[in-house]
Amino acid sequence: MKKSRFRFLGQSALFWLAVLAVFLVAEWIVMPRMTEFRKVGWIIFPCIMAVIAMGLNLIYGFNGQFSLGQWGFYAIGAYAAADVTYRFAARVTYPVQGIVFRLPPVLQRVIPMAQVELFHFDAGKSALLLGAVLFGGLLAGLISLGFGYIVLLRLGSDYFGIATLGFTVMVQVLLINSDRVLPETKGARGMIGIPQMTSFFWAFIFLIVVVVVMRNIIYSSVGRAVMSVREDEVAAQAMGIDTLRYKVMSFVVGSLFAGLAGGLYAHLYAFLSPLYFDFVKSFDPMIIIVFGGLGNMTGTIIATFLWALTVEGLRIWLPQGFEAWRFVVYPIALLLLMLFRQQGLLGRRELGFLRAPKWPLRKTVAEPIPEAAEAGAPKEGR
Amino acid sequence: MQKTLGRFTLFLRRRWYIALILVLVLLWLLNHARQNPQLFAQFVVDGLRLGFVYALVALGYTMVYGIVRLINFAHGDVFMIGAFTAYYASTRWHWSLIPTMLLAMVVCSFLAVVIERVAYKPLREAPRIAALITAIGVSFFLEYFTALDFVFTPNFISFTPLPIKFQSWDVAGITVSNIMFIVIGVSTFFLVLLYYIVYRTKLGKAMRAVAWDKPTARLMGIDVDWVISFTFALGAALAGVGGMLYVIVYPQVRTFLGVMPGLKSFIAAVFGGIGSIPGAFVGALSIGMIENLCGAYLSSTLRDLIVFAILIAVLLYKPTGLFGETAKEKA
Repeated sequence: MKKSRFRFLGQSALFWLAVLAVFLVAEWIVMPRMTEFRKVGWIIFPCIMAVIAMGLNLIYGFNGQFSLGQWGFYAIGAYAAADVTYRFAARVTYPVQGIVFRLPPVLQRVIPMAQVELFHFDAGKSALLLGAVLFGGLLAGLISLGFGYIVLLRLGSDYFGIATLGFTVMVQVLLINSDRVLPETKGARGMIGIPQMTSFFWAFIFLIVVVVVMRNIIYSSVGRAVMSVREDEVAAQAMGIDTLRYKVMSFVVGSLFAGLAGGLYAHLYAFLSPLYFDFVKSFDPMIIIVFGGLGNMTGTIIATFLWALTVEGLRIWLPQGFEAWRFVVYPIALLLLMLFRQQGLLGRRELGFLRAPKWPLRKTVAEPIPEAAEAGAPKEGR
Repeated sequence: MQKTLGRFTLFLRRRWYIALILVLVLLWLLNHARQNPQLFAQFVVDGLRLGFVYALVALGYTMVYGIVRLINFAHGDVFMIGAFTAYYASTRWHWSLIPTMLLAMVVCSFLAVVIERVAYKPLREAPRIAALITAIGVSFFLEYFTALDFVFTPNFISFTPLPIKFQSWDVAGITVSNIMFIVIGVSTFFLVLLYYIVYRTKLGKAMRAVAWDKPTARLMGIDVDWVISFTFALGAALAGVGGMLYVIVYPQVRTFLGVMPGLKSFIAAVFGGIGSIPGAFVGALSIGMIENLCGAYLSSTLRDLIVFAILIAVLLYKPTGLFGETAKEKA
């Protein structure tokens, strides 16, 4: 059978069909059976968290730059996106009449919904959300470009971590004082009146796009350069790799992901408080990527969902009167995990489409291998 | 773009403008001092008082980092335990100052050694991030376990009566209290004692040797594990004293008390060059002073922002901190 030539973001039609299947199963079969609280805490929020963790994994897991600044960029993205929608949400609306059909009772056993809506949404609001989230991400990326370039030029290892920790604290202090410039953020009291627009659809789309982009970065020459910086910076430099450039690049891309995630988070609970962007929380993505295995994309995604399941689940599972034990049980779990599985959940093993592609992927190998070329090795424009 | 940024970073590397900024800041401060000398002196004195407390905590961070290369995030919570010990000893059992202090030191040292043995020692050969995550875990555990209802409760508890009677005098318009003298006196005593231990005793020599090179120290017959435990205990004892002094100055205890002073002390240690004892001392005094003067003359809500901005600026100027030249000679 001849392989299909269809490619979107470097992935085959089969991949996108699988993504669609996962989405539909989650949206129609799993999520209607959950309460609102679990739906948000166990499915939508982890999708957002996975985006941040992926970004941090690029910075720390693949590039080896110990950064605690992810939470600061997350905050920047969240407030930037929230501010955009706060201003325009009331004015922008363009409902699209899609197809709404009632489900027959037989199907309702599988899909517990009275009706299914297809392409029935507000295009104006969706475009606004997309624009706001992208704006948050780009703003975070831009700030990280300036900050990263200046700081990475001079600092490495722990000192870079401390500088980025300082950045997170600075962002939080600025947000507490932000009502002097932007009154709608209400400073320390927290921002209200953000339209609640982040659905599973948006969180999932962004997660998939980020995962695919990450995969395409990692298994390219850029990705190899990024990883060589982690392995040995001096050797990488000796091989002619502009280490500063790749460090800044991965920092910017990782922060951009954090900014996107922030935009999604802002419209999830429709409330933002500077307290949430506390530096103590900036260890959450770090915990997740260490739990999933540094430099492991599959591990990061699985770890995010397990982490959310544990942290949110402890609210439910702990018996009556023991709710305050949530953060007593969690650190103990963390400690045991670090004592017995330091290499993370999966170690270095990637699963599924995130595995490294088979070796002669491109024709740019020194000696062209004829059968690989004939077998229709994917041509990725670069 | 690249070129402009390159020029900008070249500009960053110039030294003269740092001196210019420092002179401007000094002039600005002098102007304030001239306008109201008494108020200025009061802020400086308060800054010193805070700085000495930070110094005690910062030393724990710096010694532990110097010896095991671990940012011990649980140190701020050991500080909190010291504060609570002092609270119980003086309000429940009505102990006087010195026994309270000794109890806080003993409790904190014991706790730190237990933490080190249980959580950090098994991870000594593991990647450093594992130990860091463990430290964060220990920190969470101490904060939330002590916040349980049957331990310390999550409430703010006011610390009355203090183990000493509060007295204050008016010296040339500046209010000085006996608490200030106690803070500065006790801190100075312990700093000198620590200096003596690290630089003048055999144990201190062993600590410096372990910080320098662990395998070689082991070959020289030094019990490395014991020395590391001792370092943790020493740092924690100082944190215990610091915790007691902190709650005497700000008489209120809470289980999340240690987070912000812990972070500030850590910043102070980095500021002075993490791993260096005089650096931690100078850094802590500077941070205490900067914090107080910023709060007084610039903006009290933007204080932390300015402290961190100065930290990042100092790191950019000298990546290993002010006293970072002795980076190899960690104690």
